[in-house]
Amino acid sequence: MSIRVEHLHYIYGEGTAFSQYALKDVNFTIEQGEFVGLIGHTGSGKSTLIQHLNGLLKPTKGTVYYNDEDIFGDGYDRKSLRSKVGLVFQYPEYQLFEVDVFTDVCFGPKNLGLDKDEIERRARKALELVGLDESFYRQSPFELSGGQKRRAAIAGVLAMEPEVLILDEPTAGLDPKGRDEILGTISALHRERGMTIILVSHSMEDMARYAQRLIVMNHGEKIFDDVPKEVFKHYKELEKIGLAAPQITYVVHELREHGVKIADDLTTVEEARDGILEAYANLQKH
Amino acid sequence: MLREITIGQYYPVDSAVHRLDPRTKLFGTLVFIISLFVADNIWAYALATLWLAFVIRLTKVPFSFMVRGLKAVLFLLLISVSFNLFLTEGRVLVQIWIFRITWEGLRTAVFMAVRLIYLVLGSTIMTLTTTPNELTDGLEKSLGFLEKLHVPVHEISMMMSIALRFIPILVEETDKIMKAQMARGADFDSGNLIQKAKAMVPLLVPLFISAFRRATDLAMAMEARCYRGGDGRTKMKPLHYAGRDRAAYGLELLYLAGMIGIRCLL
Repeated sequence: MSIRVEHLHYIYGEGTAFSQYALKDVNFTIEQGEFVGLIGHTGSGKSTLIQHLNGLLKPTKGTVYYNDEDIFGDGYDRKSLRSKVGLVFQYPEYQLFEVDVFTDVCFGPKNLGLDKDEIERRARKALELVGLDESFYRQSPFELSGGQKRRAAIAGVLAMEPEVLILDEPTAGLDPKGRDEILGTISALHRERGMTIILVSHSMEDMARYAQRLIVMNHGEKIFDDVPKEVFKHYKELEKIGLAAPQITYVVHELREHGVKIADDLTTVEEARDGILEAYANLQKH
Repeated sequence: MLREITIGQYYPVDSAVHRLDPRTKLFGTLVFIISLFVADNIWAYALATLWLAFVIRLTKVPFSFMVRGLKAVLFLLLISVSFNLFLTEGRVLVQIWIFRITWEGLRTAVFMAVRLIYLVLGSTIMTLTTTPNELTDGLEKSLGFLEKLHVPVHEISMMMSIALRFIPILVEETDKIMKAQMARGADFDSGNLIQKAKAMVPLLVPLFISAFRRATDLAMAMEARCYRGGDGRTKMKPLHYAGRDRAAYGLELLYLAGMIGIRCLL
């Protein structure tokens, strides 16, 4: 399994007065089992980019290969691609429509033309993965809390058992507990099931903690593509395009400026804690 | 796919017509519509064409963009033209089997087609150069005299501007929900009529829910800002006539006089 994006260009409203470049010559390859973070300020082309990965948008130029097959080629079955590359949109709870949670989660697998037992098996499994037990099955999706709705909607995509899961800001508008639950679920899917994850987020803390690789977009172009530690070293450039490094990175840099001997690539609170303790211990020794 | 709807769309450029007061443009549109019904000979249509070309030139909106709005009335146009062409009595021009085209029929059909196209173009100029808010402001002010007859002019225009404001939002929302359901394997394109109608359920239910949610949110936000209807309400940008509006009124009246003059004299 791999997703390869080659010279992807996309123009919104081509041929009208409102035409606008959304993507400019984007290239990258994502391998099986990677956890990729995608960041960029609003309007940088992130959402447009991920909609190309499961064939919802057709590129103006360039193409996307899934398992070395051109997904925009003639006769490629994009409908079955969408079951392999699951896409969870922003505020996915707005797509819920069925009478109860269980039936709603069954919608995806039902569209794949599976038999009833398989559909229900998948729905149960997906709901279990997101942590909704049987007491929720017969409840109306509209009666759930915000976090529960979100999880039900994510289950709706997971029930198709995709190989790749793309999530567009899955924690937007949730309280800290809801965030941790969702991110915990996603990270477990990656760790335990080897699912490839592409996560769009504005939270640099989350990125530093979960992503193995960061792709940074600005004005429709890919400007960084590296491990988070390396990307966050460019925090001054990130600030110029309306982003930032995790807050703890700034603390670390301040400390360094004040002469504390601490590494400059610490991006999570835990790393910084260990780094500071180590520096303190060294100070004591001398 | 839904972005192609151009009727009622505003085209954001800065031109002499864009800067006019919406009331001037409303009056101008009305004058143009009346003039088209006054016109009954080739010279009148020539003057109307000149006037239309002049105004289109002033708007700075590409002509190709304007013509796109005509697609919507193409069907209506075909029907009215063919009815006039084949069903008018008079001197026979050609006759094929039971279809007979007369001179009079041809003349009415051509004039009818031109009139319809001009009507659409004329009102398209209005919407392309005026934002929905300006348009409702203009209507509210122009129809203000109806308040005396207890017509709720303000309320109606407020509803109209809210409705107009929400069209692009709902279009975008539809697009988003459609894509979200497609990502879950929904298929909106294939199948017979009943299957297609059934496939709309996953789209319509979330769309209705979101429309209601937006409506309650908006009502709440309006009440939080003490909105209580039109009585004693002032405007942030009150409408003011400028010199260019007086000039435009002058030109509009001159044009109307010309059209009436042609009808009376020829």
